[in-house]
Amino acid sequence: MTGKKRIKVIMAKPGLDGHDRGAKLLARVFAEAGMEVVYTGLRQTPEMIVEAALQEDADVVGLSSLSGVHNYFFPRVVELLKENGLEEVLVVGGGIIPDEDVPGLKDAGVAAIFGPGTKTEDIVTFIQEKFSSN
Amino acid sequence: MFEKEKLKTIKTEKEKWDCGPVEKVCAKFPERKTTFTTISGEEVERLYTPLDMADFDYDTKLGFPGEYPFTRGVQPTMYRGRFWTMRQYAGFGTARETNERYRYLLEQGQTGLSVAFDLPTQSGYDSDHALSMGEVGKVGVAIDSVDDMRVLFDQIPLDKVTTSMTINAPATVLLAMYLALAEEQGVPYSKVGGTVQNDILKEIICRGQYIYPPLPSMRLTVDLIKYCYEQVPRWNTISISGYHIREAGSTAAQEMAFTIANGITYVQSCIDRGMEVDSFAPRLSFFYNAFTNVLEEVAKFRAGRRYWARVMKERFGAENPRSLMMRYHVQTGGVTLTAQQPLNNVVRVALQTLATAYGGAQSLHTNSYDEALCLPTEEAVTVALRTQQVVAEESGAADTIDPLAGSYYVEAMTDQIEAEIDDYIQKIDAMGGTLKAIDEGYVQKEIQDSAYRFQKEIESNERVYVGINRYTMKEPPPTNLLKVDPRQREIETEKLEKLRAERDPKSWKAALERLDEVSRTDENVMPAVIEAVKARATVGEICDVWRKIWGEYRPKEFV
Repeated sequence: MTGKKRIKVIMAKPGLDGHDRGAKLLARVFAEAGMEVVYTGLRQTPEMIVEAALQEDADVVGLSSLSGVHNYFFPRVVELLKENGLEEVLVVGGGIIPDEDVPGLKDAGVAAIFGPGTKTEDIVTFIQEKFSSN
Repeated sequence: MFEKEKLKTIKTEKEKWDCGPVEKVCAKFPERKTTFTTISGEEVERLYTPLDMADFDYDTKLGFPGEYPFTRGVQPTMYRGRFWTMRQYAGFGTARETNERYRYLLEQGQTGLSVAFDLPTQSGYDSDHALSMGEVGKVGVAIDSVDDMRVLFDQIPLDKVTTSMTINAPATVLLAMYLALAEEQGVPYSKVGGTVQNDILKEIICRGQYIYPPLPSMRLTVDLIKYCYEQVPRWNTISISGYHIREAGSTAAQEMAFTIANGITYVQSCIDRGMEVDSFAPRLSFFYNAFTNVLEEVAKFRAGRRYWARVMKERFGAENPRSLMMRYHVQTGGVTLTAQQPLNNVVRVALQTLATAYGGAQSLHTNSYDEALCLPTEEAVTVALRTQQVVAEESGAADTIDPLAGSYYVEAMTDQIEAEIDDYIQKIDAMGGTLKAIDEGYVQKEIQDSAYRFQKEIESNERVYVGINRYTMKEPPPTNLLKVDPRQREIETEKLEKLRAERDPKSWKAALERLDEVSRTDENVMPAVIEAVKARATVGEICDVWRKIWGEYRPKEFV
């Protein structure tokens, strides 16, 4: 990481889901791991999330959903990022996401899905490795 | 409770035991940990003795079931009279599909209904609103108008069941629909029984389904309470909820403390609106979580009941015994479930059910073992309901009241949790009340700190979680998960189009105008809301009237 700017993460809650224990917890964990974190709060549309990524010059967008709307929201965010020239941004997701949905989300451009019980340090490592190789 | 001389002897004997056998064994076989704590971080001693109950006074601390301070329960016979209400929270897809699940559950011996609404309904949006995209019928049933409500309760007589509705910001609207439906069925308001959650403060603290800023939100809450006191006497007007506070990461003591703090705010708001405390307080109800540490949960429930009774009596001067009772619903802990080895969750839920029974709840929802993976399948829901039936019918936990009373440990833990509750209430009072404490992010921060501590304990293996950080194994991906029809939104949108084309535009417009007018005064909004739903105004249209007047709440984020 030396000489490079800190990894900047947007943590976002797409849709109307109010469960943000995980999102807030990760925001704290990322900050402690030396990343810069912006938490968007609840009820974000894909447009709002991408706008935040644009404004904040984000490296990573973390999406959290527990209400079963990931198949719509996550690909939509990736798509809008591309449309805005932000295809470099790493998109990761978490929440209640059935295994069978994961391949589809990955095909759509979500780099990883972290389900319940994932160690936070594994998520941190995943992100850091993505950026150390660049 | 114990004679002084006797306590002295026990003290001497205990010191001998500590220095003798205990020390000897520990020298050879050290204990598993240096400190033992509950899942909430409460320290747990090696052994509890009468010394931990030295100043225990039976009358002031416990009393009798159905009597002040209600530590042992709110009814004189508790489950010997009848079991707690087994009430499974359910709802998904269309009103028709949910109605089928309800009728199935009633046939299986469930004794009350509990409606899960989808997120658009909970946030006051119609199914065809842009923000409803992807959410329609997902985590609950989509209800846009009284037409959907009619389908939801098809062939279910509203004077024979009680219905709990998890609805908060638009609680007035959904209750209005339920009442309009009762009227259609020929059931007088006096015979309608049930609960609306109507607890906006915990939405702002941690659940996120708010619409309006705190003050107008509180006004709607109180309007509903007041209206029901006058017109729907069997309705539980609010379910003051610790459940979500616990899910968000709080400890057991924080769950109880912040819920009671919110309760105090509601009671004060009703009093400020000119209501007598004993008029509305008997219909207040509560909603808690149950985790797997059985004894801590039991202590939490007992401590909460005792503390609330004192608050109502001493702080608010309530005299009606029903005003002093903390009656509550429990749901087993959603966050305690693991996606790994999901069948283990059946055991967790069974222990949580036992804690609920020992704790003296009035009703219970047991989670399904597959809920960390998806919405529950019918098979999983059935096992969850059967778990309650096994505990009720076979375990014996329901046969005597408050069976853990007098346990040195449980009484000590009850006192310990009560002291923590008191500490928080004093702090929040000093800050100027819950609304201030929330605005400053104090309550949210306390909860997040606990969530963080717990996560660290798991990741450092300090606390063992079966299937997560120990006893893990490779598993095939789960199968047989429930799927919600992805065309939900289209189905609902079509229905909405039909509704808007069919209804009488004149009476619809007049009803919404009337609502707008009333909402700008101090008059109770409930009658106007009932008229609006009868004129087939939708949830979104009614909520928009208030969005225009009051604006929308945007919280500061405290991370």
